[in-house]
Amino acid sequence: MSTYSASKTVALPQSAEEGAAFAGRPLSLPTAFLANGTTVFASLAWVAFGLSCLLWEDLGEWSRTHALAVAAFVIAAGILLATLSGSLLGRFGKGLQQRAPWLLALGLLLSLWEVATAKFAWLPLPFFPPPQAIVEVYTDDLPKLLDSVFASVKLQLGGYAIGAAVGFLTGVSIGWSRSVGYWVHPVLRFIGPLPATAWLPFAFFTFPSSWSASTFLIALATAFPVTVLTWSGVASVSNAYYDVARTLGAKPSFLVLKVAIPAALPHVFVGLFMGLGSSFAVLVVAEMIGVKAGLGWYLQWAQGWAAYSNMYAALIVMSLLCSGAITLLFKTRDRLLIWQKGVVKW
Amino acid sequence: MVVHAYAEAIAYPAVGASLEVEHISHAFDIDGSVLPVLDDVNFSVKPGEFIALLGPSGCGKSTLLRLVAGLEPPRSGVLREDGDPIQGPFPSRVVVFQDPTLFPWRTVWNNVALGLEAQGILKSQRQRVDAALELVGLSQFRNAYPHQLSGGMAQRVALARALVNDPRILILDEPLGKLDSLTRITMQAEIVALWQRKGFTTLLVTHDVEEALFLANRVIVFSDRPARIKADIAVNRPYPRHRGDPRLAELRRNILGLLGLDATW
Repeated sequence: MSTYSASKTVALPQSAEEGAAFAGRPLSLPTAFLANGTTVFASLAWVAFGLSCLLWEDLGEWSRTHALAVAAFVIAAGILLATLSGSLLGRFGKGLQQRAPWLLALGLLLSLWEVATAKFAWLPLPFFPPPQAIVEVYTDDLPKLLDSVFASVKLQLGGYAIGAAVGFLTGVSIGWSRSVGYWVHPVLRFIGPLPATAWLPFAFFTFPSSWSASTFLIALATAFPVTVLTWSGVASVSNAYYDVARTLGAKPSFLVLKVAIPAALPHVFVGLFMGLGSSFAVLVVAEMIGVKAGLGWYLQWAQGWAAYSNMYAALIVMSLLCSGAITLLFKTRDRLLIWQKGVVKW
Repeated sequence: MVVHAYAEAIAYPAVGASLEVEHISHAFDIDGSVLPVLDDVNFSVKPGEFIALLGPSGCGKSTLLRLVAGLEPPRSGVLREDGDPIQGPFPSRVVVFQDPTLFPWRTVWNNVALGLEAQGILKSQRQRVDAALELVGLSQFRNAYPHQLSGGMAQRVALARALVNDPRILILDEPLGKLDSLTRITMQAEIVALWQRKGFTTLLVTHDVEEALFLANRVIVFSDRPARIKADIAVNRPYPRHRGDPRLAELRRNILGLLGLDATW
């Protein structure tokens, strides 16, 4: 009886060791195929995309078809290699496996897009350019696109920073001081809900340059949600916190800086997030109408010249920038509000 | 018979302050009508004494503590700390509330450091924060955030946050009210030990007759709202006390009688 249980306990670590060795060794092809089915299919989807570029003649004049096909094959090979080397890649390998369904879907979608536009024109051609046309924009029109990105980022950053700072200070003031609230609150009520774009005509003849007018509009669009949420954050701080701080000898400045503001920060970040969203809208409109630079202007210009591939290329860049900005904001929030982990989720 | 705690308190005459509560009346305005909560309350506390305030729920005991802390001025009457009228909050009188009310965005260490930071002396006095955490046995949790603590641990941090200021009067507003009974028993003994060691004057509001008798030199029993003093009972028993002490049981019966709860006996 005792020997039986002893052998049983020994057997367990042995198999665990085997398992570890099994996972550590590069897999042979059939095993890899079974274990990583989705990644292999993802690789095949990218091969299909490459082939879809080469199998038929292009209906139009695009210079990057071959390069695109080569790139697709390289990506397919990359996915396959990463799969075969398995756990040698550690975290990267794991991440790849998690994203495999997306890679697969993307490969299939691109193949379909290629066939539907460049090869058989199921979608009407000038309006729906093939992938290689967009690649062509990125390679051939890069300087202009980069200039636009730079102009947009500059305008957005300036306006957003001003709006966020003004909104934050206003919010704290009206949340803290009743007399400031008495004067500012009605103004906020009256002006705040107005879409910032409604100020466009006013801004463009009042301000000395279209750039300063746009900065003002972006700041306005940012400031309203930041103000309202900072204010509600400061106003909703529990009195118990103030009581505690006061009995410990806190002066009013300490109550504002070390109690009210940290307690309101989660609200402030909601305001910053909402402000970011509405300021993007203003940025694009301002660039389309007034400022002769930036991605909004590029979009407008591309549409004016019926350069639809440029339009799509700019849209993709714009969406990357906007989602990048929001990711950055969330990362900042997670770092500043680390104490919220396990308390609040949004 | 010499009561041990008195001997301790006299050994540090400079620490505990005396407290005079002179003809204090207070009321709240609620929707235009005046709700009286304290009616001519009068008592005095010797330096280093441990006083328990007992009374029916909502009778105004906690309001009295807020007045002593200086968080609100009384409608009439005067409160004196060592003879000087109390005119506002001051770190010599620190409150521990029923809820720990730790600042969730600060670590345990930074919560305890709050008072020294607010008074602008943290830089030179950092070791006092470490010592206070040591005192309540939470040095290992200095970098934890409040949401990671249990109820008892959070209340210990609140106690450390009060004690780090070396208060002369410690004001305890039902600090153990929300804890489970086992933690409560442990912390009652800890509070007695801290009080004996430090010698501060203590005011404790509680609903728990046993707790009052286990901890205090004197138990002041209040009437229903508006609170008046019904009885001021000396508990002349040495520390550490035993819950089974027949003298305490007798006092308990008396006090429950005063509160109109003798029928349960």
